[in-house]
Amino acid sequence: MIGRRDALRIGATSAMALGSVAAGLWLHSRDRLVDTHSLPTIKDHRVPKPAGAVDMVIAHGADPTLNVRRAIEALGGMGRFVKKGERVVIKPNIGWNRLPEQAANTNPDVVAEIVRQVRAAGASKVWVTDASVNTPEQCFARSGIQKAAGDAGATIVLPEARAFREVDVAGRILRTADVLYPIVEADRVINVPIVKQHGLSGATLSMKNWYGVLGGQRVTLHQSIFVSIVDLAVMVKPTLTIMDATRALMANGPTGGNLADVKTMDTVAAGTDEVALDAFGATLLGLDPFKLGFVIEGLRVGLGTPRYKDLKLVELGS
Amino acid sequence: MFLQLRRAYQVVFFCLFLFLVIVTTPTLLRGYPAEWFLGLDPLAAVTTALATHALYVHMLWALPLIVLTLVFGRFFCGWVCPMGALHHLLGHLGRKRRKVDRVKQNVVRPSRAIKYGILAVFLGSALIGSVQIGFLDPIASTWRGLATVVIPAASNAAYGLYQGERHFQYGALVGVVFFGALSLNFIYPRFYCRVLCPLGAFLGLLAKFSLFRISKKAELCKECEVCGADCQGAADPQGTVRVTECMVCLNCIDGCARGGLSYRFMPTTEPAVTNINLSRRQWLGAGVAGAAFVPLARASDGVGPRPHPGRIRPPGAREESLFLDRCLKCGACMKVCPTGGLQPALNEAGLEGIWSPILIPRLGYCEYSCNLCGQVCPTGAIRKLTLPEKNGKPPLQAPVRIGSAAFNKGRCLPWAYDTDCIVCEEVCPTSPKAIYLKQEAVTARDGTQKTLKRPYVDLEYCVGCGTCETRCPIVDSAGVRVSAANESRTPRSSIHLLGGAKV
Repeated sequence: MIGRRDALRIGATSAMALGSVAAGLWLHSRDRLVDTHSLPTIKDHRVPKPAGAVDMVIAHGADPTLNVRRAIEALGGMGRFVKKGERVVIKPNIGWNRLPEQAANTNPDVVAEIVRQVRAAGASKVWVTDASVNTPEQCFARSGIQKAAGDAGATIVLPEARAFREVDVAGRILRTADVLYPIVEADRVINVPIVKQHGLSGATLSMKNWYGVLGGQRVTLHQSIFVSIVDLAVMVKPTLTIMDATRALMANGPTGGNLADVKTMDTVAAGTDEVALDAFGATLLGLDPFKLGFVIEGLRVGLGTPRYKDLKLVELGS
Repeated sequence: MFLQLRRAYQVVFFCLFLFLVIVTTPTLLRGYPAEWFLGLDPLAAVTTALATHALYVHMLWALPLIVLTLVFGRFFCGWVCPMGALHHLLGHLGRKRRKVDRVKQNVVRPSRAIKYGILAVFLGSALIGSVQIGFLDPIASTWRGLATVVIPAASNAAYGLYQGERHFQYGALVGVVFFGALSLNFIYPRFYCRVLCPLGAFLGLLAKFSLFRISKKAELCKECEVCGADCQGAADPQGTVRVTECMVCLNCIDGCARGGLSYRFMPTTEPAVTNINLSRRQWLGAGVAGAAFVPLARASDGVGPRPHPGRIRPPGAREESLFLDRCLKCGACMKVCPTGGLQPALNEAGLEGIWSPILIPRLGYCEYSCNLCGQVCPTGAIRKLTLPEKNGKPPLQAPVRIGSAAFNKGRCLPWAYDTDCIVCEEVCPTSPKAIYLKQEAVTARDGTQKTLKRPYVDLEYCVGCGTCETRCPIVDSAGVRVSAANESRTPRSSIHLLGGAKV
């Protein structure tokens, strides 16, 4: 004769047995022979061009802040690129433990003025980030960008391990990449490269600047540098590119260090076509754009045109 | 009668275990379920499930065992466990002659709680994503002990009677743990099972709910205590049996001359004793310690961004952290490897990876048309690969790469000594060959010119199998070496831009 207590015990044991079997079968249904995970992609950050708008501006003048202000104004104002409430990431070159005078990193005044303009356009968040080659804390400090951009109201994102997200690139040679998270999360992206000579690719300008959003094994990309520069330029399509040529590094790039290699250009160029801007940047370095592999490759895949003078171009003197 | 039945079960299961270990070799395997005993192990099932949030197909065998334990108690320890059977036999080493002394040996000791603490440590680390039960789990450690120490030693002593000569790096360390556990029987019988075994602890927790248990008819008991004289679990049959410790060996029933004890369905005479003497604080402390082990181990070495070049995992091994979620270090892959190249890691894979499988190409290479390691892996740490999947069809479909070869030009005969040798190219199994030769002109010491063939590696075709390194005629430090770089399970280890296909 089974009493009430015994019935409860049998019930409890049976429930545990059934529960374990059910849990086991459910867990088995979750098992995968091959581990896969779906990855986010980076969206196209470009905005449609208003009718009659200017494609590219070249501004000369001794004050880099003023150059940026005038260039953006000539393009139709920051409101053309950034709407109220959007989250914006600004990507200068902060790759090296160098001072602004050494022209290895983007000019801090240029970055700070862009931050102010983006904030004035109503952005809800402004990130400034880069995946430095040297020790990031020192690069961000000595480049002057941490203080200048921070004072202007930007959130500085250091390239720590946890700041990277794996994304699906689907490029010709890059399949997946670890990318700084603001590039994945932002609504708008502004590329702010500096004009420098580069040993392998000839020059490092706007398209090459996207190396700086990658973590992980980016050094292997140098095995096929022109294709990977363009793969990266296809991966990140910026809303706006503002190229700093306040000081250009004419030799021993991209690291520099010797002031004798720095040439004062007092120029800022801005636009929406990275190939055109890179072609212009190449002429500043005394290079023929049509002899630069990534410019040709960018033209070939339809990313833009090196014939920047054929675009709607405005040149502002000092 | 039940006692004879139990002994028969122990003998049959031990022989079955030994049989499955012995057939785990390429010539004998022929579809035998080599992984069956490990799949039966509920602790392996629970820890891998905690780490992966999934249950591999072989581990489904653990489910009926869990159900049976809930009904019958810890019968696995007394009837099925091969290591339990060994301890049962070797328990005679420390068994006292006089019955009164044996009763004293088998009193309930507080030390029985230690195994629950060990269990909590392993559960804690599994929860964080590192399965470490392999060190003490009886099935995994018996597997490993037989596969990498006992059988190779016996076979080598008999001039390579079985599997030929086999050597496992620091197999002696595995032996120290394996034989050390067995020799604990000198202290008292089944010391390991009573005090250390994490699987026994897990089954003990399930046995709390068991419906069948040993029961005593108080009116027949003269308190002679002989029932405790040969109790395997030190489960106090003299008093009220402790279900968490009772291994259902039935020695107590056999020992009682008056027939006062029986194994029955839901005896109602007395409430069960299920106290295991581990406070909530101790449970939690042990669990937290186990969980903390994982970040501590990883901060020290192991799965970091710069792995040891010798951490060459078998083909089909999952990405390292997913691999550590599953590997039991049982040694089944090492046992089945036809060349003997799969070896227990020592420092190559960090603290967490001690005794996990790595390929040491100087000892044996990865056979090109072989996928046995994935077939015998009980947990899917090495997944099953078909041969077309393993070898691919380069350049269209990438093969599974486990590493990449590189020449040591200060050692290789044609490179360092201007001596003809093409062995590595000859044995390279890929098609086209990853190692190719170039005719090169060299100037000899006396100034004469000659030409000779020098070998090169084409990374597009190299799968890291290590045949070249195994067969290099230089006896110790080979002229061509394989390291784990470029292995396909870790996309970011790819050397070449185009070689990083995800598999």
